[in-house]
Amino acid sequence: MRAAVEQAFRQCYGKAVAVLTRVCGDLALAEESVEDAFAAALERWPQTGVPPSPIGWIITTARHRAIDRLRREATRDERHATAALVAFPDHTEEASVRDDSLRLIFTCCHPALAPAAQVALTLRLIGGLSTAAIARAFAVPETTMAQRLARAKGKIRDAGIPYRVPEPPELPARLGAALAVVYLIFNEGHTATSGDALVRGELCAEALRLGQHLVELLPDELEARGLLALMLLIDARRAARTDAAGELVPLPAQARDRWDRDAIGLGLGLVHGCLRADRPGRYQVQAAIQAVHAVAPTAAATDWPRIVALYDLLRTLDASPIVALHRAVAVAEVDGPAAALAELEALPLDRHHLWHAVRGDLLARLGRTAEARAALAAAAARTDNAAEQRHLARRLAALG
Amino acid sequence: MKYVLNIIQPDGPPPPPERLDPIMRDVYAFMAELEAAGARVWNAGLAPASASTMVRAKPDGEVELADGPYAEGKEHIGGLVVVEAADLDGALAWAGKLSRAITLPIEVRPVAHGG
Repeated sequence: MRAAVEQAFRQCYGKAVAVLTRVCGDLALAEESVEDAFAAALERWPQTGVPPSPIGWIITTARHRAIDRLRREATRDERHATAALVAFPDHTEEASVRDDSLRLIFTCCHPALAPAAQVALTLRLIGGLSTAAIARAFAVPETTMAQRLARAKGKIRDAGIPYRVPEPPELPARLGAALAVVYLIFNEGHTATSGDALVRGELCAEALRLGQHLVELLPDELEARGLLALMLLIDARRAARTDAAGELVPLPAQARDRWDRDAIGLGLGLVHGCLRADRPGRYQVQAAIQAVHAVAPTAAATDWPRIVALYDLLRTLDASPIVALHRAVAVAEVDGPAAALAELEALPLDRHHLWHAVRGDLLARLGRTAEARAALAAAAARTDNAAEQRHLARRLAALG
Repeated sequence: MKYVLNIIQPDGPPPPPERLDPIMRDVYAFMAELEAAGARVWNAGLAPASASTMVRAKPDGEVELADGPYAEGKEHIGGLVVVEAADLDGALAWAGKLSRAITLPIEVRPVAHGG
């Protein structure tokens, strides 16, 4: 039964908070009432069985708890909210739950909040992750994460951050912000600068769930599809990305039969849909690049000229030097390491470990071993990720 | 809700007329639009921060005076516009228009009470 409540929690928490926030107009009250409702479910469901509509039960119970709370602390200001809660129908339309979820996502991902706060709020309110789990995932003390969440909720209230889907002129930029939060969550789980390995897997799963959710909520937004495809295609390689000892395995050396073909199939389907629509965006193009890797039967059979062409397209959408860095990796496979090194040297990425790691590889391939060694050492000095550091150490050792 | 749009202005002399005039035209157009929308509450352009004086009452009730401004730095609030908006997004939209007109960054701060 505990498992049933936990499953309902993951599936319904964000939706229930979203609906209650609209009805009572108060995020904190919505959260407290939904938590009350789940506590009641833990007590009641073992006797009554899981209700036919767990979310309906949770929303109705949370609504009654909210009314109780408001009546206990009644002030004049809250009478309006109480009236709205009492008048709210017991039956919740699925479409209205969907609209409320979308509103809550845009509130959590509002650009007036700091990016770290956007990520934390999204995981807490939409994903239903506990404050302790979010703190572990980002390797900060739980009190720090609790303060970050409280401060963000305080700003939502005090600054009047709206609880609604942005108007069409603002929507592309705001959707971009929401997608960036989801991708940040995914990357934190995938590359993990720090933190607990188990929770990081949960972050990837949560990002995929959020990405799927955004595609369902905004079916016409190609970039949402592109992001979901990108995450699916990268996550499909998870099992092959580390060996039995937990060490990192780079893409060319991965056992491709360990890639998740179902996830790849879903990702490729989304990419093909995007290609047909022909309105490229940065996530769609990045997904297309991952798709080229996904369909190559072996590393040697990778269509590198196609990847370089996709990076050229990506550079027209995203001028960041990180894109140019990834393009240089592909250029090395098409025009050789000398050409790639020339492009790499021009990039202002001295602070990034990846720039040094790629530079080290290219120098090694050119037989410039001493310089390669220095570059790989520089890369190791710029990452906190232990697996990454061990991987760089092995490459250093292999240089002899 | 009411929001204060603080105009963050670099210290020093104003730009030459050939640059300032078109900016001021755009700012007047912005103020006219704000007024027409019924969203203008109050506004003021401030004298340079170097003209400000710090006044501080000590625990014994004596008042201490000192040359201002309060905050060190190369930028200070050069003016403010108080707007009425339904929510933060409404205030941010006005702030975006003002920033474009005046070519300076704007700090948007909600009013908690009074007004």
